Amino acid sequence: MFEICLPVILGGKCIPSTALFGQLLIGLINGSFYALLSLGLAVIFGMLNIINFSHGAQYMMGAFAAYLLLQFSGMNYWVALIVAPILVGVTGVLIERLLLQWLYKLDHLYGLLLTFGLALIIEGVARHYFGSAGLPYTVPESLQGGRNLGFMFLPNYRAWVIVASATVCFATWFVIERTRLGAYLRAATENPALVRAFGINVPRMITLTYGFGVALAAFAGVMAAPIYNVSPQMGSELIIVVFAVVVIGGMGSILGAILTGFGLGVVEGLTKVFFPEASNTVIFVIMAIVLLVRPAGLFGRRA
Amino acid sequence: MEQRVAEPVESPIAAPPSAARSNAATILFVIMVAGLVVAPFVTYPLFLMQVMCFALFACAFNLLIGYVGLLSFGHALYFGWGSYLSAYAAKAWGLTPELAILAGTATAALLGLLAGSLAIRRQGIYFAMITLALAQMMFFFALQAKFTGGEDGIQAVPRGHLFGLIDLKNEMAMYVVVLVIFLAGFLSIYRIVHSPFGEVLKAIRENEQRAISLGYKTDRYKLVAFVLSATLAGAAGATKAIVLQLASLTDVNWPMSGEVVLMTLVGGLGTIFGPIVGSFVILVMQYKLAALGEWVLVIQGVIFVACVLLFRRGVIGELAHKLRIRL
Amino acid sequence: MKKVLGMAALAAVLGCGVANAQQIDVKIGVLSDMSSLYADIGGPGSVAAAKLAIADFAKTNPNVKVELISGDHQNKPDVGSQIANQWFDVDKVDMIIDTPNSGVALAVSQIASQKNKLFIVSGAAASTLTGEKCNANTIHWTYDTWMLANGTGKAMVKTGGDTWFFLTADYAFGHALETDTIAVVEKNGGKVLGKVRHPLNTNDFSSFLLQAQSSKAKVIGLANAGGDTINSIKQAAEFGIVKGGQSLAGLLVFASDVNALGLATAQGLALTETWYWDQNDANRAWTKRWQAERNAPGKFPTMIHAGVYSGILHYLKARAAMGGSPDGKAVTAKMKEMPTDDPLFGKGSIRADGRKIHPAYLYEVKKPADSKYPGDFYNVRATIPANEAFRPLSEGKCPLVSG
Repeated sequence: MFEICLPVILGGKCIPSTALFGQLLIGLINGSFYALLSLGLAVIFGMLNIINFSHGAQYMMGAFAAYLLLQFSGMNYWVALIVAPILVGVTGVLIERLLLQWLYKLDHLYGLLLTFGLALIIEGVARHYFGSAGLPYTVPESLQGGRNLGFMFLPNYRAWVIVASATVCFATWFVIERTRLGAYLRAATENPALVRAFGINVPRMITLTYGFGVALAAFAGVMAAPIYNVSPQMGSELIIVVFAVVVIGGMGSILGAILTGFGLGVVEGLTKVFFPEASNTVIFVIMAIVLLVRPAGLFGRRA
Repeated sequence: MEQRVAEPVESPIAAPPSAARSNAATILFVIMVAGLVVAPFVTYPLFLMQVMCFALFACAFNLLIGYVGLLSFGHALYFGWGSYLSAYAAKAWGLTPELAILAGTATAALLGLLAGSLAIRRQGIYFAMITLALAQMMFFFALQAKFTGGEDGIQAVPRGHLFGLIDLKNEMAMYVVVLVIFLAGFLSIYRIVHSPFGEVLKAIRENEQRAISLGYKTDRYKLVAFVLSATLAGAAGATKAIVLQLASLTDVNWPMSGEVVLMTLVGGLGTIFGPIVGSFVILVMQYKLAALGEWVLVIQGVIFVACVLLFRRGVIGELAHKLRIRL
Repeated sequence: MKKVLGMAALAAVLGCGVANAQQIDVKIGVLSDMSSLYADIGGPGSVAAAKLAIADFAKTNPNVKVELISGDHQNKPDVGSQIANQWFDVDKVDMIIDTPNSGVALAVSQIASQKNKLFIVSGAAASTLTGEKCNANTIHWTYDTWMLANGTGKAMVKTGGDTWFFLTADYAFGHALETDTIAVVEKNGGKVLGKVRHPLNTNDFSSFLLQAQSSKAKVIGLANAGGDTINSIKQAAEFGIVKGGQSLAGLLVFASDVNALGLATAQGLALTETWYWDQNDANRAWTKRWQAERNAPGKFPTMIHAGVYSGILHYLKARAAMGGSPDGKAVTAKMKEMPTDDPLFGKGSIRADGRKIHPAYLYEVKKPADSKYPGDFYNVRATIPANEAFRPLSEGKCPLVSG
């Protein structure tokens, strides 16, 4: 066992290497949520050219749906993990059909403003009916407890979070980049008129894409419910950080969004060890540096 | 999707009406000034002062969105830090109110220069996200810094004596000061918008590529506009700190950035008078709804959605469109 | 100054006999957070509590006519101060009560002092309200940060928790809680093994919890509030911290937070409050009425709601005793002079610095198996007597005391 130290100029703080492994792993868990959320934003942006400001609120809806399903129909975590994203995804489809579709002709900023308004409405309604303190939700029985890895105690649920989110992220990437359906999607982003000429229903594709992006946010919300406070404001601060993640990664690439999400989770995790005071600003600082060096983002194409 | 390519993109402001420049703006300005002179005798002066501070803030924000087409989602940064520095200067350094306000304004200008030079590296929604992220970063600094007093804020800021002479504890004296600052800010925005510089800004809004090909260094223009906007927002915040005798986290937090967007949107993006009307409407609503509680957030959200879907020109924009004049 | 106040009070007492028959008009404003973070601990529940107090007082004093208004400060000091100004100037409100959020409370306290009205704080925690920033128009009723730190710190050390590790929210409020608690812990023979500062609104506490776990401290003190406290407790359960033998001490935890966590997660958590709905029959009876008034059978009142009730009752007693003079300083002086007595807090008093004095209790959250009905949250672990519960007068640096 040896110690890892920061250079003296950065404070010279030392921690044992084993503890560092633990912190890296924890950073990866944290990054799972960034990855899922920024992936959803990237998918929506790719197709609709809209930045979905209500993404945080929809993440919150996922967690609330899990709670309500448990309370009123006794559906456990595992069922909720499937049902909640579908339900929230359906609300996404409605939002796209009723509201967003009228904005495609306009400046993209209007999409941002509209979804910001939606975020306020969703949060306000949740506050009205459930109060602001939060709702209880526990780790499912089968994932309680944890194992000692030698260098850290890893709760089973955290291990599940990494596995599940990595799987979902990879599957999404695979569908979009490696399947025929994904090829249509990508083609429709580039040239909708041409794709339509091939007989493909582009508006429906747009609607379903938005629903899917929203469902991803809700999936992250269900994953978060057992470990984070399930409250109306759980998404609103998080979404700002995810925006910074998206700026750093650039939204051009699906894989970019995923990798940046996981990577920044790790960076933030390490900051919590060495400079805990700066752990909430580190992502913003990185964003500023990236903007200076590579304005288009790490994986982005210059528009 | 297809339509987006086929049809021209509507810019985020009310399309300028066909009529030539009219006297309407002058008339409206005179009515507004007259109203503001009479108002403190009719309604509660403190409320009016607050409206004027927010109106200036919204006008400053509108300078960017309305005339350069840049949506800043982090304007609370300049408003809030302007108010912190002004409050701190008046309380801890014992500066006279005019110097305190200047200190706050200068701070906002500097922050605007730093944040602006980063943010203008990207366009459109990226610009909005970057400004929001930078503002959130500075919110955390404000929360953790000693001098801001954390969640207690800076309280009991002395209003002091203007130029060391006039006691601003007198509501009317304070009112006159705020009125002068507001009108000065408003007129300078009017001047900027109608100057050759302003014409270049509008050219950038309509088509940045064309402006570049005409030989304009658009980044430089955008940065100057950003700094001007931040400065005026800072002046508004700094004045508010003296009027209400406090500076708090509310003013630097992201909901404040959202609120100024809402005010401007309600009044009319890219109209000179819109932000003023918008801030008045929103503030009146805020206090009328204060007794109702609970639903404030939802109502704000509904207004956002309604404005974007049905009412994109805003109150003043709609009026101007009906009367075929420019306001 | 004191002489003038004394004479005013005396005059009021003398005038009492005459005024008794006269109608006394009182206007009270409940200024609270109705729509955001603190709406559960104050908010509409505080308005319900105020209505109960007014109704109870009217039974014995039909000549006192009380008008009640309420407002939402939305957690914004400028909105709060705007409402307070307008209430005092235009709406002729005599007294403002509640006001969770220290930033808003400090602003309203200033305004009450400037305009010579009265402000009773039930919802805000900052102990500076009766310390450096005290004034002759403000009374701090229910609890404060010093009392929380002291209550939890002292009782935990005395019951064996003598080594501590702190998770502290990195802003003024967290620092104050941490400093006060460390002082108490060390004074009672405990030791602080380490601390870590986390930013406000942190989602993931696992990194901090691992540090706390490896410190081997017996007690992990949570010097944070709201969502941060809930997140840290939730994740501590996940990492098996309480099962591993360490205890958690919440320095600012409300019953609503315990409800948000669920007993399965929160069990074993130690916390200090001054009032708990299920502590005795009087509290339970009042809770029933409160639930009916609030029209929320599943909700339980917090100590802040109880404080609003108790504060208004005492205020009205003072007004009636003075024959109706609304003068802020005089009424405050009268309230300090009269001993307090009500069904919820029992007998108590108000000190010269505006601090209301009553006992505090260290509670421990029950195991789910021991909880017999909804809202059955706590066991009482220790009682902190009234004379030890709050910061001694001499240590508060309140200008009213030295002068």
